[in-house]
Amino acid sequence: MRKRKSNIFAGIDPVLVLLFLALIFFGWVNIYAASITEGGTEIFDFSTLHGKQLQWIALSGVLILITISLDSKFYENFSGIIYIIALIALAGLFLFGNNINGATSWYNFGFSSIQPSEFAKAATALALANFLSTPTNDLKNFNTQLRAFIIVLLPTILIVLQPDAGSALIYLSLVFVLYREGLPAYYIGIGLLAILLFVLTLALGLKVSLIIVLTLITGFFLYLARTNNANLRRDWLKFLGTYLAIGLFIFSVNYVFNNVFEQRHRDRFAIVLGKTSDTQGIGYNTNQSMITIGSGGWTGKGFLEGDRTQGNFVPEQPTDYIFSTVGEEWGFLGSTAIILIFVAFIIRIIQLAERQKSDFSRIFGYATATIFFFHFMINIGMVIGLIPTIGIPLPFFSYGGSSLWGFTLLLFIFIRLDADRTYVW
Amino acid sequence: MERKYLAYFSILAVGVIFIMRLFYLQVIDDTYRASPLNNAAVKIKYDYPQRGYVYDRNGVLLVANQPTYDIMVIPKDVKEIDTTEFCNLLQITKDDYVKNLKRTTNYSPRIPSVFLAQVSKEDYAYLQEKMHHYKGFYIQKRSLREYPIKSAPNVLGYIGEANEDFLKKNPYYQLGEYMGVSGVEKQYEEILRGFKGVKFIQKDRFNKDIGPYKGGIYDTLAIVGKDLTLTLDIALQQYGEKLMRNKRGGIVAIEPSSGEILTLVSTPSYDPNMMVGRKRSKNSVILMGDTINRPTYDRGLQAQYPPGSPFKIINALIGLQEDVITTETPFYCYGGYKYGRSINNFMACHCGVHGSPIRLNRGIYKSCNAYFANVYRRIIEKSETTATGTDNWMQHAKSFGLGNFLGYDLPIGRKGLIPDSNFYNRYYPKGSWRAPTIISNAIGQGEVLTTPIQLANMTAAIANRGFYYTPHILKKVDNKPIEIDEFTEPKNTTIDKKHFEPVIEGMFNVVENPGGTARWSRVKDIEICGKTGTAENFVSYKGIKEQLTDHSVFIAFAPKDNPKIAIAVFVENGYWGSRWAGPIATLMIEKYLTGTTTRPWEEKRMFEGSLEDEYQHNIAVQKGLREEYLRLQEQEKRTKELMALQVEKTQK
Repeated sequence: MRKRKSNIFAGIDPVLVLLFLALIFFGWVNIYAASITEGGTEIFDFSTLHGKQLQWIALSGVLILITISLDSKFYENFSGIIYIIALIALAGLFLFGNNINGATSWYNFGFSSIQPSEFAKAATALALANFLSTPTNDLKNFNTQLRAFIIVLLPTILIVLQPDAGSALIYLSLVFVLYREGLPAYYIGIGLLAILLFVLTLALGLKVSLIIVLTLITGFFLYLARTNNANLRRDWLKFLGTYLAIGLFIFSVNYVFNNVFEQRHRDRFAIVLGKTSDTQGIGYNTNQSMITIGSGGWTGKGFLEGDRTQGNFVPEQPTDYIFSTVGEEWGFLGSTAIILIFVAFIIRIIQLAERQKSDFSRIFGYATATIFFFHFMINIGMVIGLIPTIGIPLPFFSYGGSSLWGFTLLLFIFIRLDADRTYVW
Repeated sequence: MERKYLAYFSILAVGVIFIMRLFYLQVIDDTYRASPLNNAAVKIKYDYPQRGYVYDRNGVLLVANQPTYDIMVIPKDVKEIDTTEFCNLLQITKDDYVKNLKRTTNYSPRIPSVFLAQVSKEDYAYLQEKMHHYKGFYIQKRSLREYPIKSAPNVLGYIGEANEDFLKKNPYYQLGEYMGVSGVEKQYEEILRGFKGVKFIQKDRFNKDIGPYKGGIYDTLAIVGKDLTLTLDIALQQYGEKLMRNKRGGIVAIEPSSGEILTLVSTPSYDPNMMVGRKRSKNSVILMGDTINRPTYDRGLQAQYPPGSPFKIINALIGLQEDVITTETPFYCYGGYKYGRSINNFMACHCGVHGSPIRLNRGIYKSCNAYFANVYRRIIEKSETTATGTDNWMQHAKSFGLGNFLGYDLPIGRKGLIPDSNFYNRYYPKGSWRAPTIISNAIGQGEVLTTPIQLANMTAAIANRGFYYTPHILKKVDNKPIEIDEFTEPKNTTIDKKHFEPVIEGMFNVVENPGGTARWSRVKDIEICGKTGTAENFVSYKGIKEQLTDHSVFIAFAPKDNPKIAIAVFVENGYWGSRWAGPIATLMIEKYLTGTTTRPWEEKRMFEGSLEDEYQHNIAVQKGLREEYLRLQEQEKRTKELMALQVEKTQK
């Protein structure tokens, strides 16, 4: 390993940093708009949400300095220890955690609360990158697959138990990193098929979906036999197995949905699938959010002019539903701009990841991109009513110190690794 | 295979889907445009103006407002409270409490709704001190109607909540708002209610007000409702209601020189205060459900009766106008009028012994059926065909405001009926009908139907010697006399002025002449011109008809010259004209012109007289008809069975 330059800023990608700054800036502007409704328009009033967020942003400057001043080898070498510390922090919640809104996801430090699951994302990404970059590990190998899954699943399980299903979903998304690194495609294929069957079963009911799916499979088999890719007499066991597996899966989805899920989960799915439209009770948040965004029109009502935002109409607006403020006050043009910035931001991370010489850096970059992408997709998808209500923050937009710091940490570790790409391999 | 492209593709795809979705929500779907009316974040608060008061022609207050208090609740704010104490305070049961809370919560947990409506003034003072103990509950002031004088519910009407059908047609109203449902309250709704003010208030999602929307630029001020002065003389109205006690029917009195309605009595009546506030829905069910007395049925405006003999006056006038008679044309009365060869084709007279031949004056005051049958026949037969004769007669009769809506300013009414040739052609095809076929019209029986207000208006037209003003109930708005052409322009009848004097002379003799049919109703020093009527009426059930006791009818105006009042009285099943309707009409005239009566015994007889037995009898007759019908059915069935049996036998 070569000694790197003394200037810690050297080699940092300016495009990514600029996109980051843009997101932080627009994020805070919208938190300001959504939080002055509680009174207090003073920017530096630290009793308000926007004031507090400003503090968090300032402090994340310190965090950035620390993150990029550490050696990139530090992250690689200590990734196992960091991962274990993160797991201990998550497990410790069950003993020392604070229950807020029904989930034990927080440590209370008096002056502020910390949500370890936000930081554990970076830790898990580091551990996964470290494990996969070890030359002896090959994802074609079942043993490696198993261990890689365990690395992802350990924090996921701890978080599901809090319970915080939304964050757990983000950890699961790291499976896509495994795919990029050589995990056989059928894992993803089976995963996607499972999701598809799940939605289909819920949307159309047990009988209809069974009929449709089994007809399709039969058609597929017949097609295979016709093109001599399969022989019905020889492969009958495979066909039968597929029928049984899919049939069982649909039955179990139906069973789990009706008997294991809680009513609130069922309700959320029902709303997105258009099966109910309870706009006063369970669908209230999403409905309010869509109305608020819709009222923005082409150009929006203008900064601080959004009467639904100012009227505090959307619950959780400064946190999970912050994008509705963008929609109302900045309109279609403003929201589109924000979406384009996010898309550019994530694509830039992938571009940088692809140019890494070190496997560790590349895998970590992919993990970073995947985490940001899933946050972006799930949060905005929820706010505009495309997917069920899953409470996770929009990176750099949603109010909250832990998530801001978690994302900043994740991003700047990668920026550090990228800056050192010529030295590290 | 380049797996990295999957990443680029997914991100771009999600970005495109999001932008398309936003385009739909924000640009295509225009459900949520930025307007205060379209904006759930803006609360519309209505500022309801005070509803106008209503006075009678002499300035007596008839309809006022009274404050009332609703207990409101915001269900989600309701905290643990001592429900037992709270229920005791409101004088409700615990079940009511649970039920009301559930109802309001179902409507909306956030929006305030009425928990308990219309707490009395006394309770309010007491409750107000205690209410702050109960989080989520508060008291809201509202305004209700109040009727200081328990009279004329049919004229004044009442207000009630706007129903959904009405809301669809009238965007002014919101669900739960009040509007006039009947009477003057309905007719002059827009004048009385004023115009509500609108305030747009920015609210947060807890429905909490946080200030005026956009500094109040869209707000409007409320316009106070205007006070109405009616043409009604409430003293006379109350007197009329008292005279009509325990009798069914109507009295309509009109000032001929203006068309102003002085009295509009319909009995049985009820206290207008029954239709106010919390008890309204219960009481309206009771009143509407009373199918025997039908107190909400305005017998002055809605009841169509055959007019009986007063209609002879019209035929006399038409006869003079058409030159088929003169005042001296003699007719012979043989105790009736034979209009066909059959023994049944005979219209009997009740005019008793009088000299024959009979001429116009005596024809009227004796109410001789034979005389008017002859007159009517001449009118119809004057034309070349019966049809044109009938239509010509119809035109004259209609010019008195009969056979169609009069155009008065109350929301209900009936057209009545003056038949024309088309009407009879429907019943007697191929023109096979002649004057004798329709001879009953000569004496106001037959097919002619009138409402009491049409009769009163007809009387006013006679009193005016040939014209009338459309009857109306509105006199002033905010103390300024109304200027409505419809009510100030005289409507001329088709009869020349000169023909009225001899007829009026006959009407004068009805009361004044010792042989007049209403001689017992003569009032000293007041020159009353009147005409008695005895209207046959029938009840029928599925084709079975039975005659009931005749209606008692009387029309009159006074004084003879320069008439001040024209009146029509209708008493259902009152035997004959001079028995009930005559005294009532003349007592009303006396009261109106002199303020007192010279015939206290007659007044007492009217106050105390009851026709309740008659009405009980009617019910019995109706019941009897039903039984008769069933009996006939049974009989028919049995006959059929017998016949079937016989057929069977012969076949064997």
